[in-house]
Amino acid sequence: MMLLPCPHCGPRDENEFRYGGQAGIAYPERPGDLDDAAWAEYVFLRDNPKGWFHERWFHSGGCRTWFTVRRHTVTHEIRTAP
Amino acid sequence: MTTPPTLAFRFDGVPYSGLPGDTLAAALLRNGVRVVGHSVDLGRPRGVYTAGPEEPNALVRVGADPMLPATTIELREGLEAWSLRGKGRIDPSAPDSRRCDKAYLHCDVLVIGGGPAGLAAALAAGSAGARVVLLDEGPRLGGDLLSSRVLLDGAPAARWAGNAEARLRELPEVRILTRTTATGYYDHNYVLAVSRPTPEAERLWHLRARRVVLATGAHERPIAFPGNDRPGVMLASAARTYANRYGVAPGRRALVFACADSGHEAARDLAAAGVEIVAVVDPRADGQLVTGTTADAAGVLDGVLIGDRHVEADLLAVAGGWNPVVHLFSQSQGRLRFDDELQTFVPHLSAQAERSAGACRGVYGSAEAIADGLAAGAEAAALTGYGAPVAVRVPDSDQGALRPPARLWTCGDDPATAFADLHRDVTVADLARAVGAGLRSPEHVKRFTTAGTGADQGKTSIVAGVLGALLGVTPAATTFRPPYTPVSFATLAGRDRGLLSDPVRVTAMHGEHVARGAVFEDVGQWKRPWYFPRPGESMAEAVARERLAARTAVAAMDASTLGKIDIRGRDAGEFLDRIYTNLYSTLPVGSCRYGVMCGADGMVFDDGVTTRLGAEHYLMTTTTGNAAAVLDWLEEWHQTEWPQLDVRFVSVTDHWATVAVAGPRARRVIRALAPEAAELAFMTYAETAVLGVPGRVFRISFSGELAFEVNVHWQYGGALWRRVLELGAVPYGTETMHVLRAEKGFAIVGQETDGTVTPQDLGMGWIVSRRKPDFVGRRSHLRPDTARESRKRLVGLVAEEPVPEGAQLTREGAAPAIGYVTSSYPVAVLALVREAAEGERLVAVDGARRVPVTVVSPVFYDPDNLRRDGDPEPDDLHRDGDPEAGELADPVDPESGVLEAVSPAAGFAGRFAAASGARVRVREVPFVPMWEVRGEDPGRGLRLGPAWWLVVGGEAPAGGVEVSGQRTVLELSGPAAREVLMTGCPLDLHPRVFTGHAQTTVGKAGVVLERTEPDTYRLYVRSSFAAYLAEWLLDALDGI
Repeated sequence: MMLLPCPHCGPRDENEFRYGGQAGIAYPERPGDLDDAAWAEYVFLRDNPKGWFHERWFHSGGCRTWFTVRRHTVTHEIRTAP
Repeated sequence: MTTPPTLAFRFDGVPYSGLPGDTLAAALLRNGVRVVGHSVDLGRPRGVYTAGPEEPNALVRVGADPMLPATTIELREGLEAWSLRGKGRIDPSAPDSRRCDKAYLHCDVLVIGGGPAGLAAALAAGSAGARVVLLDEGPRLGGDLLSSRVLLDGAPAARWAGNAEARLRELPEVRILTRTTATGYYDHNYVLAVSRPTPEAERLWHLRARRVVLATGAHERPIAFPGNDRPGVMLASAARTYANRYGVAPGRRALVFACADSGHEAARDLAAAGVEIVAVVDPRADGQLVTGTTADAAGVLDGVLIGDRHVEADLLAVAGGWNPVVHLFSQSQGRLRFDDELQTFVPHLSAQAERSAGACRGVYGSAEAIADGLAAGAEAAALTGYGAPVAVRVPDSDQGALRPPARLWTCGDDPATAFADLHRDVTVADLARAVGAGLRSPEHVKRFTTAGTGADQGKTSIVAGVLGALLGVTPAATTFRPPYTPVSFATLAGRDRGLLSDPVRVTAMHGEHVARGAVFEDVGQWKRPWYFPRPGESMAEAVARERLAARTAVAAMDASTLGKIDIRGRDAGEFLDRIYTNLYSTLPVGSCRYGVMCGADGMVFDDGVTTRLGAEHYLMTTTTGNAAAVLDWLEEWHQTEWPQLDVRFVSVTDHWATVAVAGPRARRVIRALAPEAAELAFMTYAETAVLGVPGRVFRISFSGELAFEVNVHWQYGGALWRRVLELGAVPYGTETMHVLRAEKGFAIVGQETDGTVTPQDLGMGWIVSRRKPDFVGRRSHLRPDTARESRKRLVGLVAEEPVPEGAQLTREGAAPAIGYVTSSYPVAVLALVREAAEGERLVAVDGARRVPVTVVSPVFYDPDNLRRDGDPEPDDLHRDGDPEAGELADPVDPESGVLEAVSPAAGFAGRFAAASGARVRVREVPFVPMWEVRGEDPGRGLRLGPAWWLVVGGEAPAGGVEVSGQRTVLELSGPAAREVLMTGCPLDLHPRVFTGHAQTTVGKAGVVLERTEPDTYRLYVRSSFAAYLAEWLLDALDGI
């Protein structure tokens, strides 16, 4: 059970959170301007690195804040994201 | 001197007696029982081999526990145990009266193992002021010191352990858990441990530690020589433990195979206990080896072969060297290395905030382990911010320096009877066969031979070493996985069984439904009335009657479970425009609009009616199952994509109890309840008193009939429901609701949709705005695959025989499936089908049955929506010739009929009072006025998150959303209140840490937990979860 650093509630057990996948994938400004390949990239494609991963978490069982951390996908070491 | 009392027990039905403090294994040896079971594959007789949890042979069944090591079972009066052939079997009929629960504990330093190193580490960390938890699997602290004749400072080693324990017990922040085994080491120093304080109770501890000190000791290992499995062959350390600690001589004539110094120690201690030592064979001294054993007719050891020499002996004590217990270290993802001198695996690189101390990292010897433990404890205290520990002197020991063990894993020339894993019956010959088959990795050999996969997890298996010897390479480690020792499912389940296995959410009307004999269905965690059978009525009959009432008179359904989200803010309309496929910013105040929301992939995610309550104020309804997911969804888009929009969300699902009143005569009921709302136009709403209490009435319909949804605060829900039925409405359940909507061709999210269905597929292209520049999912609707004409579309089917939901549809002949049935009722069948025109004949495949069906419009009933406004009024109060429909009573005088309030846990008052005592009390604090504020700091209340408060009591705060019905308050107080909460709340409740409030869970219910007094806690719980939490608390109190 990982311990996640909620910016408001402090460290809490992983099962209080919802995983939000890769961080930094912004909703395109004008989706209509994107071609099908670019849109599919936004909707369907995400990184899956072995190592450090910048990802989002949602404290659904607490303060309901979205935040991002960097997690090492092998060791589960977590560093708060800048 | 008095004779100690004896304990009577039975083994395989035979009566014996033992002494208090014995393990079952010690008592069996005390009674001369040599054969304690038979091996799993070969059926060879086996005896007690060890004195701890690593036991591979002496596994027994006790009560409902199918397989326990006799070496860890504490003897008790009347114990009955049965031998096994290698593996246990679960007997579902065996009575299991154990009470299992769990508890959460947080500490600065967790010390696992209460031997010399662990005691020393706990002393050092504890005396520095750290919060320490010290675990040990045995009933007494001391570990090996209890089995040893080593003198520390001139006194028996057990005395040092006793002194250390006494000092620990004086430290208020040190918690000692004996009879507790750490079974798993997980991410971020999360450790699970199982406690068995009594045979009747088990507790699963969830421990979170800032630092962990592993002081798990070492297991002695055997040597694989022919006949090394006979009863009478035993690890030397075990023989010494039985002699020293239990006063049991495990044999009369012993030969010691001392490949390590522990053999000599055992020989000395056995001799002191009166055992005749016929020989000590130490290959390091003279190269002699034990090469075989002989047995009597029962298969019990009667002699040992040393080359050509045969020596009579009934005990062969084997010291093969030590294996540090690195299981937990390895589980923590730490890396091991093979130590060539010690001939074993030792911890190498840590992956977590832990350190090993003592024998578990190859530091042997009592004084050496104590010194290592003190250093580990001091380091842990320093790393968690504490000062220097009180100095503890390392005692002087009379133990000599230990020499390295012999480099020996196997010997003798009959590998087929030389066992490398006793529990799995794996021999050196089996391993040689695996190597011959080309296997090199111990992971592969393990799977090929099953070595190391038994209930003992191969703790005495020497497969890695033998394999290294066979291959001529350095042994390679396998992966250690939890649990360290077996954990029963009952322990894992704890109290989450039966009624408490999953929260049962109920509405304010639940008691009314139960009283009326409703049959319930589970919708998520909710109990919803499925149908309301009258005596003798079948489900089909009940549903037909309920449907007829809704179509011809008036019927009522409990719609409280629909998700409700209060949405406010300057940009609320703009936000909804982006989330829904249709427009909300243009919706007139007071109007309702049905909407569909899609994922970014364009697929239908949820639907519901959203009403504009004010210029900057909306109320969204969601499907029952998606209520939480939709709120998450809204907050995700707002927080992560459009934080500049001024919009705020508050869940009011439990605050409002909702009754749907449907049928041509619904207006008559509404007039009696809320006269102002009776003339509402379709898709409008009114804020109005409902029988004297604040309410909201919406004129919306999910059946095609004239229909209203009447909302009152939770506490009035039960009374409202009663009144609606008294007014003549026939209660209907979810089944009839589904029939009514299917007849109208209305899709249900999760029934017609499965995450691959667009609004257009459902024939709802009309709801997808073409005017808006964008909404979530819009761009995906233009993707070639989503826009193509050949997608499955919602159709109706007329079937010649009943077809089940899920039946595949094909064209005539053996064509591939082109769709499937999504909803099937006697009066309407819906399906998703590719390129099928109305009138086309298809086949529904139901196993071997092939049912002809005809494609029709999905709207089976009232396609022109003529029923929407009900019967013209005034109509007859009692419709002639329609006895199935409900009788309409005279309207109630609203002035005299104010609804009665009932709090969510009102039904528990008596049981709460009965369960309360001096140590802990529980009560409901009902009807506490509450508001949620999202935005400006109201200056009071409980802060729940960034810009989020729960204001309790007093006047309504500015911008507050009233949520008095959303939660109720359960109060737990008394000196044991914290102990009760610890069994369900994962937070650190230490009084120094938990001083205010937090959002957390208790059991499986989300709560706001507030500590109002040192020993008083308030639990703000959702009204629908109140009954679950009340049952949970009563169960917890029962265990205190």
